[in-house]
Amino acid sequence: MAEGAGGLSLEVKDLVTSYGAITALNGVSLSVPAGSITAVLGANGAGKSSLLRSLSGLVRPRSGSVLLDGKEIAGRAPEDVVQLGMSHVPEGRGVIAELTVDDNLRLGGLWRKDKADRSAALEEAYALFPPLDQRRKRLAMTLSGGERQMLALGRALVARPRVLLLDEPSLGLAPRITAQIMGLVRRLCDETGLTVLLVEQNARSALSVADHGVVLNLGSVVASDDPAKLAADDNLRHAYLGF
Amino acid sequence: MATLALPRRGPLRSTLVRHVVLAIVGALLLLVLTTSVSAYRDFQMANIGYYVVAVAGLTVLTGLNGQISLGHGALMMVGAYTCALLLERDNPLPLAVVLVLCVVVTAAVGALVGAAAARLRGPYLAGATLAFAVGLPGLTSHYADTLGGDNGLNVLSGPPPASLGLDFPPERWQAWITLSAALITLVLLANLASSRVGRTFRAVRDDEVSAELAGIHVARTQVLAFVISAACAGLAGGLLAFVSGQASPGAFSVALSLSILAGAVLGGLGSLTGAVYGAIALVMLPAWSSNASDRFSLGTNVQHNLPLLVYGALLIVVMLAAPQGLQGGVRRLLGLLHGRAPATPARNDPVTEVTVSEPDR
Amino acid sequence: MARFLSVTLGGLSGGMIYAAVALSLVLIWRATRVLNFAQGAMAMFTAYLAYKVLEHGGSYWVALLVALASGLVLGAFVERVLVRPVENGPPLNAVVVTLGVFIVVEGLAGMFFGGTPHRYPTHFSNVNYRVGDVSALAPFDIWVIVSVLVVAVLLGLLFRYTDVGLRMRAAAFEGEVARMLGVRVGRMLTLGWALAAVIGALAAVLVSPNVPLSPTSMDEVFVFGFTGAVIGGLDSPVGAILGGVGLGVLLNYVAAYAGSDLQTLSALAVLVLVLMIKPSGLFSTTATRRV
Ligand SMILES: Nc1ncnc2c1ncn2[C@@H]1O[C@H](COP(=O)(O)OP(=O)(O)OP(=O)(O)O)[C@@H](O)[C@H]1O
Ligand SMILES: [Mg+2]
Repeated sequence: MAEGAGGLSLEVKDLVTSYGAITALNGVSLSVPAGSITAVLGANGAGKSSLLRSLSGLVRPRSGSVLLDGKEIAGRAPEDVVQLGMSHVPEGRGVIAELTVDDNLRLGGLWRKDKADRSAALEEAYALFPPLDQRRKRLAMTLSGGERQMLALGRALVARPRVLLLDEPSLGLAPRITAQIMGLVRRLCDETGLTVLLVEQNARSALSVADHGVVLNLGSVVASDDPAKLAADDNLRHAYLGF
Repeated sequence: MATLALPRRGPLRSTLVRHVVLAIVGALLLLVLTTSVSAYRDFQMANIGYYVVAVAGLTVLTGLNGQISLGHGALMMVGAYTCALLLERDNPLPLAVVLVLCVVVTAAVGALVGAAAARLRGPYLAGATLAFAVGLPGLTSHYADTLGGDNGLNVLSGPPPASLGLDFPPERWQAWITLSAALITLVLLANLASSRVGRTFRAVRDDEVSAELAGIHVARTQVLAFVISAACAGLAGGLLAFVSGQASPGAFSVALSLSILAGAVLGGLGSLTGAVYGAIALVMLPAWSSNASDRFSLGTNVQHNLPLLVYGALLIVVMLAAPQGLQGGVRRLLGLLHGRAPATPARNDPVTEVTVSEPDR
Repeated sequence: MARFLSVTLGGLSGGMIYAAVALSLVLIWRATRVLNFAQGAMAMFTAYLAYKVLEHGGSYWVALLVALASGLVLGAFVERVLVRPVENGPPLNAVVVTLGVFIVVEGLAGMFFGGTPHRYPTHFSNVNYRVGDVSALAPFDIWVIVSVLVVAVLLGLLFRYTDVGLRMRAAAFEGEVARMLGVRVGRMLTLGWALAAVIGALAAVLVSPNVPLSPTSMDEVFVFGFTGAVIGGLDSPVGAILGGVGLGVLLNYVAAYAGSDLQTLSALAVLVLVLMIKPSGLFSTTATRRV
């Protein structure tokens, strides 16, 4: 991704989200500087996906604030959030199985007015993920797990996002593919200044590429530190990170 | 009349006794009422009687067992034509026997429809029963010689018994017949609802998978509910033919099926008391609508269609106001109307409580 | 043999109309997982509006346009205002709401237009072509077949090759994902219902010369369309068209050899049979469904 307007900063304050009686986020605050990667770690049910869903508007937070480049976006609809420059690759990828690879990718940029740049972004995504290029007309349901992850990531990139929310990209992938994806995320961040919030169960590989790490437990931030320091903290590792 | 939602308390006997006592009190009240009003009111009450039977039957199917039917008008038609054909004979059977035969014949048809219905869900079931409602009246033209084509058949219901006196109003006699039938139906259905069978109905409605795991034969339960409901529709149809003096395809349109559904939804789809209110509304609404159109001289087109409009609007409004489901939602809405706190949905019959003595295989 | 051939061909134009209704039901089903029981009634109402245009001296084509345009508006209105609140609730709620719309629309038609059936004029000759002993397919039937085919093809092109079509497909398959990608899903669903109602309106205008227009005249046609859609699989537009045409031919055999009063019950038999043998429809590609 050659050009790109660079990333935006993301600032979350006291975010509270609940599903009926279940509180998923209990006052989460974190801050992601523009052009950096923050890893969000935690056990199953810690509230990681809920955090991303609250940021991208898929669920409406009960209270708190989300500042995208200083602008309040909490509670905005997901179709608006993506147009403000924040793309969300959901848990399980959200590839539309009944559509072709090409349709899925095109869909990512459909909201953008600039048609020429739309197709440029599409070709960039194909260049980034050659396996997709060879399967343009195939239905997405025929793709392997790794190819689906590429498709989901490529589709988000076609929107030329300035903040990327990634929910467990390593889920179900072989370690080698996971490493490739992590490497790619790092490269995008370095080359285009993209801001990334990376949710992972696979704490070790996430921390290896992140600039900062946050650990969630039961909807609250229990640690927020340098990746190396988090990885070195034995208590934290045993209690929440599982390695 | 007890609501279907209430679980059985105490032994079956006392429930039965309570229902019978209520019915006797109701019968006495109705006896006083029917003898003190005009012939026109008696006629209206006669109509309410068979609507109660039909709406209560659908309430059991949809409210208690969770199956929808848009074909109850057609099932009533089966009952009505059975009644007409049986009374047509040279020396007809007594009315009570004829009505029992209406029930039997319609229940048999209901078993057929129910066997197909038990394999269908939601929109598919609604579509299939709608096809039944749209298609069945066509039979009357196909077998016009026996069924009288579009004009239908006259029902020779005869005058009231001579023992009541020569100037006894026939409308009152008809009201007595249909209201007795309604009371008997209500007692039977109320006991059904609080019986073990009623609980299996609810268990299947609430969760088919857990019901299956609890040893309930789901398909058989659904067919049984359909048969019982069809039996009620058959009785209602027979009574309708008896009251109106004819059985013709025009009386059993899709609109009739949907009105009965509207009546059941209005009544709260879970309570037999509600079914009574629903039936009263089904009879009174057209009357009010014709009064209103007379007063404002709106013309016959408006008069004939105003009730339909109200039923339709009612179905929409109830659903929009009660997004969480037919059963709980309607009951909550009615609770609000009656100024009560929202009732909790009828989930107080844990499936594990259901015991089926013989293993169903 | 000649009779059989005539009857077969004669079933095509009726079948094409059922195919149109089936297609409109499939469109709605795919978009919102709602079976629109009001589809026939809504179409009937638009045909009445067209009939009024004809009565006031408008041409066949202006009347047709009025029907299609009013279908567009009616479909959008019903989805946006009445169905939207129950779209994600229990399926029975949506069924009951569309039934409510069904009765309301039929009631309104009865109020405004009365109950007397009207024969809608054809504009095309109704005299069958003859080849030897085979007599079938009047110019009007050709018009029916061609117009439905053209609409179906246009719809296919819209879905396959336009951005709006892609958005609509995405919204129908995965609403939440589509929203995350910037698709205004609500608008797409409204558009889907509106287009479906346009197709329904076309079907009503096409069928009304043969089934005289009355508030209930589309009831049977709706049942046939629904059956056609189920035969084809409620998820498959191509299946809907094949199912509708197949049913049309079949019902023409029933009418010719058994009696036209038995058509609806025959359709019911076919419906139940298909749902028991292959619930996902004969032409559906998606996995099994619960009926
Ligand atoms: N749609 C929902 N309705 C009700 N509760 C939900 C819903 N989604 C999540 N929850 C609850 O919210 C809490 C947080 O869930 P969340 O999916 O955010 O966890 P997570 O950290 O992403 O877990 P995982 O690692 O398993 O993906 C859990 O207790 C979960 O049960
Ligand atoms: Mg998660």
